Amino acid sequence: MKRTLVIAELDHGVLKPCTHAAVAAARRAAELAGGTFEILLLGPGAGTASGALLNFGAAALHVAEHPELAEPLADRYAVAVAHVARGRGTDFLIAAASTFSKDLLPRVAGLLDAGMLSDVVEIGADSSGPLFKRVLHAGNAIATVILEGPVRVATLRAAAFPPAPRLESTAPVLAVDLSGLAWPDGTSFVARDRKTSARPDATEARIVVSGGRGIKTSEDFERLVGGLADALGGAVGSSRALVDAGITANSLQIGQTGKVVAPDLYIAVGISGAIQHIAGMKDTKVIVAINKDPDAPIFEVADLGLVADVYQAVPEMIERLQRR
Amino acid sequence: MKILVPIKRVPDSDTRIRVKPDGSGIVTDGVKFSLNPFDAIALEEALRIRERLGAAEVLAVTLGGEDSIEQLRTGLAMGADRALLVRTPGPLDSLAVARILAALVRKESPDLVLLGKQAIDDDSNQVGQMLGGMLGLPQATFVSKLEFQPDGRSVRCGRETDAGIETLGVRLPAVITADLRLNEPRYVSLPGIMKAKKRPIEELSPEALGVTAASRTRVLRLEAPAGRKAGVRLRTVEELVARLRDGAGLT
Repeated sequence: MKRTLVIAELDHGVLKPCTHAAVAAARRAAELAGGTFEILLLGPGAGTASGALLNFGAAALHVAEHPELAEPLADRYAVAVAHVARGRGTDFLIAAASTFSKDLLPRVAGLLDAGMLSDVVEIGADSSGPLFKRVLHAGNAIATVILEGPVRVATLRAAAFPPAPRLESTAPVLAVDLSGLAWPDGTSFVARDRKTSARPDATEARIVVSGGRGIKTSEDFERLVGGLADALGGAVGSSRALVDAGITANSLQIGQTGKVVAPDLYIAVGISGAIQHIAGMKDTKVIVAINKDPDAPIFEVADLGLVADVYQAVPEMIERLQRR
Repeated sequence: MKILVPIKRVPDSDTRIRVKPDGSGIVTDGVKFSLNPFDAIALEEALRIRERLGAAEVLAVTLGGEDSIEQLRTGLAMGADRALLVRTPGPLDSLAVARILAALVRKESPDLVLLGKQAIDDDSNQVGQMLGGMLGLPQATFVSKLEFQPDGRSVRCGRETDAGIETLGVRLPAVITADLRLNEPRYVSLPGIMKAKKRPIEELSPEALGVTAASRTRVLRLEAPAGRKAGVRLRTVEELVARLRDGAGLT
């Protein structure tokens, strides 16, 4: 981990905050190995977005803008990332865990014949070299793992790596030469259902209000879960049950196979608390559960529990919060 | 049309996973093992493609030991045409699995590799993407909608991303990983299971495929996550709001 490369994540040209967690992890890795780290930004707006990363200790910022990178297609992005990694002698590639990095980084690992760890929550070392901790079995086990080979790849849980402080020094910004690369053309972008919500993303919010089977319709979800989130300035999330029932959008799902969040406050509204859901939120600082079933497993992990019908309790809660 | 569906034997999703006191692994005594749910979805999709196209061969493959034959039989009972066990010693990481599958893809030349987006035991979510990278095949991950185009040589995929559903056109041959909402896997009947028991299971070794199964990751130990301490039950909304204002992240 002498030469670490962070893959920044952009959303339509804007740097996603989770990138700061990856930078913090890179600083940690560089510190442990006595090495340096660099950051790679890809796609439209990468140059502008690099401005937000100038003062975090990177040895250099690499900007890869190219017509072939107009959409974040893993096939093409992986070619560009592998090209930069080879050129820079990168031995450790990291990014914050998200659908972007989970699509891209294993493909890069395949191209570079590198071993990979997903959802790393701790980077440490003993006398023999770097050690990683990661969660598996839906959060029911934490593994201490050795990752071997000339190149290592990892995604990490953003919540486990608090953003690193700003530094005085400013990193140089370099344009990546992508000429002469053979771009794969087997995938083509067709469309994206753009999220139109004004609410923050659940993975980046301090407060998340999440709904489960206790909510019966989309309108109720918006009124109760959305209303409570808005009263608190938080994000909304959903259990798998509501997504499967067509009540909430896929991108709201929190759990083992959806998003993993660790906010300051998580309010579970009518969520029973299957282990797969709990895997996605149990690192929250304060968990609140509202459920009419006193035996719901969610109460086993909740700091504050209220046995109540969400249809009565939540409107009252919104009303009281707005009264302040 | 040939579809290769890699599948994995994992502890059933309803099992409560416990770490052994010595940290050497998880407790497996009395644990029921099943076909990884995402792989069941991938296999179901392969079977539906075969039903739609009229002619296709669905090959279910797994890596592991004798135990994994049980999941191959589940695959046959669901409707796979062939079942193949690549006998491998001990646990393998995603890179080793992808290497073996890459060799198998070169041998079998499928038009489509369809697999689950992640296994619910190690939760890595890597094999499909690594395989795509190694073979230079187009990839679409986390797919919840898959439609064949009229030319029969490309598919349109709806992918579940953090930003919402993304639609991609993908030229075959390709690697596609299945997300939860792609379909509901079919029910496997008892007669189906009985019939599957009589079907042949093909076998191969990594050596026969010309690859060595070397993992680059090594788990030293497992530990149970710190449990959350029991919380407080409140009686009224008023109390709850007061507690929240009092310091549970709110001011």
